[in-house]
Amino acid sequence: MTTTETIQEEQDFELSELDDNELVEQMHEDLYDGLKEEIVEGASILLERKWSADKVLNEALVEGMRIVGIDFRDGILFVPEVLLAANAMKGGMEILRPLLSETGIKPIGKMVIGTVKGDIHDIGKNLVGMMLEGAGFEVFDIGINNSVEDYFEALEKHQPDILGMSALLTTTMPYMKVVIDEMVKQGIRDDYIVLVGGAPLNEEFGRAVGADAYCRDAAQAADVAPQMVRERRRGVAVNA
Amino acid sequence: MPEPILVIACGALAREIDALRQRWGWRHLHLKCIDAKLHNRPAAIPGRLREMIRRHRDAYGKIFVAYADCGTAGGIDRVLAEEGAERLEGAHCYEFFAGRERFAALAEAEPGTFYLTDFLTRHFDRFVIEPLGLDRHPELRDAWFGNYRKLVYLSQTVDPALIESAAAAAARLGLEFEHEHCGYGGLETSLAGLIGRSGHGQEDSRLLA
Repeated sequence: MTTTETIQEEQDFELSELDDNELVEQMHEDLYDGLKEEIVEGASILLERKWSADKVLNEALVEGMRIVGIDFRDGILFVPEVLLAANAMKGGMEILRPLLSETGIKPIGKMVIGTVKGDIHDIGKNLVGMMLEGAGFEVFDIGINNSVEDYFEALEKHQPDILGMSALLTTTMPYMKVVIDEMVKQGIRDDYIVLVGGAPLNEEFGRAVGADAYCRDAAQAADVAPQMVRERRRGVAVNA
Repeated sequence: MPEPILVIACGALAREIDALRQRWGWRHLHLKCIDAKLHNRPAAIPGRLREMIRRHRDAYGKIFVAYADCGTAGGIDRVLAEEGAERLEGAHCYEFFAGRERFAALAEAEPGTFYLTDFLTRHFDRFVIEPLGLDRHPELRDAWFGNYRKLVYLSQTVDPALIESAAAAAARLGLEFEHEHCGYGGLETSLAGLIGRSGHGQEDSRLLA
């Protein structure tokens, strides 16, 4: 007996027996509970029912993660539970991603994201990357322990709208300023929206290092990023 | 009897401060602790410290805070500047136990290093495994520790049982193990300096010499 079958027995129903609305609600609950196999199965059922990949992503996965994000912000859920939910969403994304790219829908924007030099923490960064991908961004994750040169190489290569920098340590977060100062020095600072985040940061720090915004968590980043890209494009169009 | 000095400490340092108090006969050093679990919510530490300082201010001429920055990004320093108190130097207990230079060298040699002290080794399950959810979801181990390479146990005392526990913790997290004995490091020198500046405790000059 597979794990999926075991869990379904415990749930005492088959996901395929649910109508679309019930199934989406069940997927929100399964995402909340971090049940990856159920999310993969639910997404597959919706696709078989001729839902577009885009609709499955937004209504089942992104909305489910939005609920997880709210309960995390309110102290109802903690990081381990968010990690399990993220892992479940990742499972869903794996089957949706190829379908989404086939649709040819242009991404809302592009983002390069990485953890700063000297810091190997990537849980928050990974969550932000996943949420932005869910929000329609093309995300280039350059991993951990990134120097100024690493960031610049990625900016040059991917030409993103947004540069995202993450740090978990008070000893490594000042490196964000090193990167931004170098961007100013090279005359490329205004070419990008710079978002910063990480547990010890706050808005004041974001302003002090010269970022465009500090994002408290992944859900906020997924709200702020599209908004800033839209505003920036409007600004560019007006000034053109 | 010298005027008492209050040390408001992180609970993770209570045993160590008490050991130093006994070793050096700092009987006038009074200790009050804040639950070490607050480290899981560092943003709450500055407010709790302010509350403790204000509650005890009238009873003590001198209050010292046995915290480092502890992930508060200057939050503790802002409270201490307003309340007129001092703290231990450094970013966290690993740094003041190991010493700034040594800790910087360790971090630079391998950024993917997880550190344990005596306290964290003794309470590994309660302060590491449980808050990270690894007791309930051991499958999260690689999500938390996948980028780490080794665990360094910065010991305050030399206790073979603790060394063994720290090595077992490293194995449980899938990390290489190293042990480095630091003693009480900056905790001891800071407290000795505090006692020395307060003008009593002649025996403390042995530490400052």
